[in-house]
Amino acid sequence: MSTTKNLYGRRLPGYAIATAVVLTAAIGLAFFFAPIEADQGFSQKIFYIHVPLAIVTLGGFIFGGIFGIKYLRSGESRDDLRSYTAIHQGVIFCIGALITGCIWAKASWGQWWVWDEPTLVSFLIIFLLYTTYQPLRFSIEDPERQARYAAVFAVVAGVFVPVNFIAVRLAAPLIHPRVFSNSGDSLPGDMRIAFYTALIGTALLFITICKYEMSSKHSRAQLAALRRSIGGESDEPNAARRAAPRVAVR
Amino acid sequence: MSTARPPSTLSAARTVLYKELTLERRAPQTLTAMALFCASAFVIFHFALARNEVEGALAAGVLWVTLTLAALLGIGRSFVADREEGGLDGFLLAPAPRISLLFAKAAALLIFLLIIGFFAALLFSVMLLGPTPDGAQWASLALLILLADLGIALVGTLVAGIAIQTRARDLITSILALPLLIPLLIAVTKASEPLLSVGGGTLAWRWLALLGLYDLIFGLLAYALFDYLIED
Repeated sequence: MSTTKNLYGRRLPGYAIATAVVLTAAIGLAFFFAPIEADQGFSQKIFYIHVPLAIVTLGGFIFGGIFGIKYLRSGESRDDLRSYTAIHQGVIFCIGALITGCIWAKASWGQWWVWDEPTLVSFLIIFLLYTTYQPLRFSIEDPERQARYAAVFAVVAGVFVPVNFIAVRLAAPLIHPRVFSNSGDSLPGDMRIAFYTALIGTALLFITICKYEMSSKHSRAQLAALRRSIGGESDEPNAARRAAPRVAVR
Repeated sequence: MSTARPPSTLSAARTVLYKELTLERRAPQTLTAMALFCASAFVIFHFALARNEVEGALAAGVLWVTLTLAALLGIGRSFVADREEGGLDGFLLAPAPRISLLFAKAAALLIFLLIIGFFAALLFSVMLLGPTPDGAQWASLALLILLADLGIALVGTLVAGIAIQTRARDLITSILALPLLIPLLIAVTKASEPLLSVGGGTLAWRWLALLGLYDLIFGLLAYALFDYLIED
């Protein structure tokens, strides 16, 4: 009997500690170091949560697409798992970005939802598209076919993201508070330090959660393999119907 | 003994397209359903909006929402007969390039969408549209229908190729196609708005450019990825 070392959990404690330290520092910097914004007041502090969440969400979706391409080229199940995890956590972070965006809209313009805000509308459309990822996987039983079709989806959706941003931005006037321009020049130095710390902390949180999810799925697959090897039954309920990838345990 | 050469991509696509059109001619299902859906939708919009005539942004919205939802019917039917009657297996056994199936299916869907698009535009102008477009505006609208239908046909064939292997085929087709078509709908409704307004207007080129970009990107994507959808 052989079991493999859980490579997905490698350096997980280190990432978890780094995430806790950087996020704590980011909260401290955002609330006690960065100045109160003149126009929006204290409510602008949500910028340090909302924008990093939005950026990391997009990063997650792009990585989902990249690992989708890798899976289509290699057929390695670990690339499917990485693509799945990046998109799965991306959707969760996207919900966070939408909720914080709504709170920011309420504080800035007195309304929970503003159709003239192209970034928020783009995120809603992207969210609607990526929420079909789980039902799509769930509706395909064969694991190899499920992984292949999910990879095609990940690539199509990854390309869709910039096209969608262009279309929505062309269609709506720009009213989002531009506290942070593309070059970052419009952000005062104290705010910029707090923002970049929050961005790194959120990115570390995303990586930590992704590694934890992959490690957890791998451990569960190892346990199921051990149970099968001693003649027991798998603890996976209705294993033929599930959205998550099958993790290969060699 | 002579060895038969495998058909070229174009030749195989032409054969499959001919099969699709012959099937629809002998037993009209998709076109009839789409046309009836459009007529019913205009009646529903008349009562739901409580208006005898619409114009401008509202007219563009009514026309393109109707055409998009009608297109979903065509997309949903695209691979059904091949899957249920074994046509897909027969195609995979043939020595034809697999990408020819994409070309044939997208071309068949485009032809259906164009027929329905022009039919629905004429019906809309009779039933609901307030202003009467002139010749130039009709020509602009025809160009928009062509570009939008090309995008819908490409995305639709890709989505239909994904959905056909799933258990919840109809659900997956709708929830996958609609968000993917939103950028196209933004461009085509914005472009149609001045053409359907009182006093008329001209076509904005930036929306045409966006439609062209959308068609190009999703055409290339479909070309690159379609093989993976019919591997087995």
